[in-house]
Amino acid sequence: MKTDLFKLDCECGCAAKIPAERLIHMLRSLSLPADPALIIGPETLDDAGVYRISDDLCLIQTVDFFPPVARDPHMYGKIAAANALSDVYAMGGRPLTALAIVCFPTASLGPEVLKDITAGAVEVLRDAKVVLAGGHSIVDPAPKFGLAVTGVAQRDQILTNAGARPGNALILTKPLGTGTTILAAKAGIATAEHEEDANRCMATLNAEASQLALAHGASSCTDITGFGFLGHAVQMGRASGVAMEISMESMPMLEQAVEFAGMGLLSAAAYANRRHNEQAVRFADDILVAEEDILFDPQTSGGLLIAVPGGREAAFMEAARRTLSTACAVVGRVTEKQDGVVITVAKGRH
Amino acid sequence: MNDTAMVDARGLSCPQPVLMTLDALRARSGGALTVLVDAEVSKENVMRAAGSRGWSVEGVEEEDGGVFRIRVAKR
Repeated sequence: MKTDLFKLDCECGCAAKIPAERLIHMLRSLSLPADPALIIGPETLDDAGVYRISDDLCLIQTVDFFPPVARDPHMYGKIAAANALSDVYAMGGRPLTALAIVCFPTASLGPEVLKDITAGAVEVLRDAKVVLAGGHSIVDPAPKFGLAVTGVAQRDQILTNAGARPGNALILTKPLGTGTTILAAKAGIATAEHEEDANRCMATLNAEASQLALAHGASSCTDITGFGFLGHAVQMGRASGVAMEISMESMPMLEQAVEFAGMGLLSAAAYANRRHNEQAVRFADDILVAEEDILFDPQTSGGLLIAVPGGREAAFMEAARRTLSTACAVVGRVTEKQDGVVITVAKGRH
Repeated sequence: MNDTAMVDARGLSCPQPVLMTLDALRARSGGALTVLVDAEVSKENVMRAAGSRGWSVEGVEEEDGGVFRIRVAKR
């Protein structure tokens, strides 16, 4: 019989993250060793750490792992790999090597399940031209899988979440709604098609999107994961010292995602993301609560949020239509910093 | 019409309380229903579930032990 990982009782994907506010509080209470070669460390909540190893070359390091996000072990492995590699792509880097992180219940699941998960991850690593250099595994009642990834980038090509400038156009390269769709699938409410759509998006590498960002002079980039679209957009806005205007109608979304959110198929992390960010966000009166929920929904292996200089978004979108397999759209623009409010969400264009 | 209809979803984590609420609402054309949950997330999700089926939330009371008593109705 085929193993259905959704039959196990555990938090889903990036929704299993520890809330940002707790991490920030914890990190501030520690005295971290300093090194001038560490260009990007944990303080800025960026996607990966960046360490300068020569005048122009930087090492990019990241780690990401989570409980099952798909019922099929092979698909789970593919998504976990695409998700872990995404942090390197979000920094404008090129991933080179990966180490597998495995927590696995050897008492309740057979070795073929772990083999399937790993095979899925290896398939994605092969596409990304990344080698699996090793890994570490422990016995754990709740399975978790992920990768620690090392990549490189030219120092002047590194994309952080601190470079967005007023007048930039904001582009999102994958549809939102994976969190609520996974919950709907677990609840037996999503159709097989909805589930496959979400899986296909989550298993898609952000490699091409990252290349587009570099080719079109992106000033800032981050990937949309556990803190949801608004959580990551607020981080980019704050780190860059700017505000953003977002258009709900332009937002790429998985089919039915708003309906699933409207039915109350939301994780604890979705509400934590709302609590943590709602002071920084203003919604127009005609935005539905379910639409707000989608913008706070924790995403697994979400797309890149890219700020490109105003006027270059049309060329980006034309290239995106040729190279990206996921829905991609211009979702807003960067404006001058305002007091308090970082993001304004309107139905249509501002 | 049964005004004392009750869904007890205490001790269950989402999406279970939502599914139980949706099942109970589907079985009724209208009336009133009380749902008991013991997590903030379940409370929010059950309120959304009721709204999605055209039922309105008439009241939410927080009781001892972090239990929420959610009263929904369709008149």
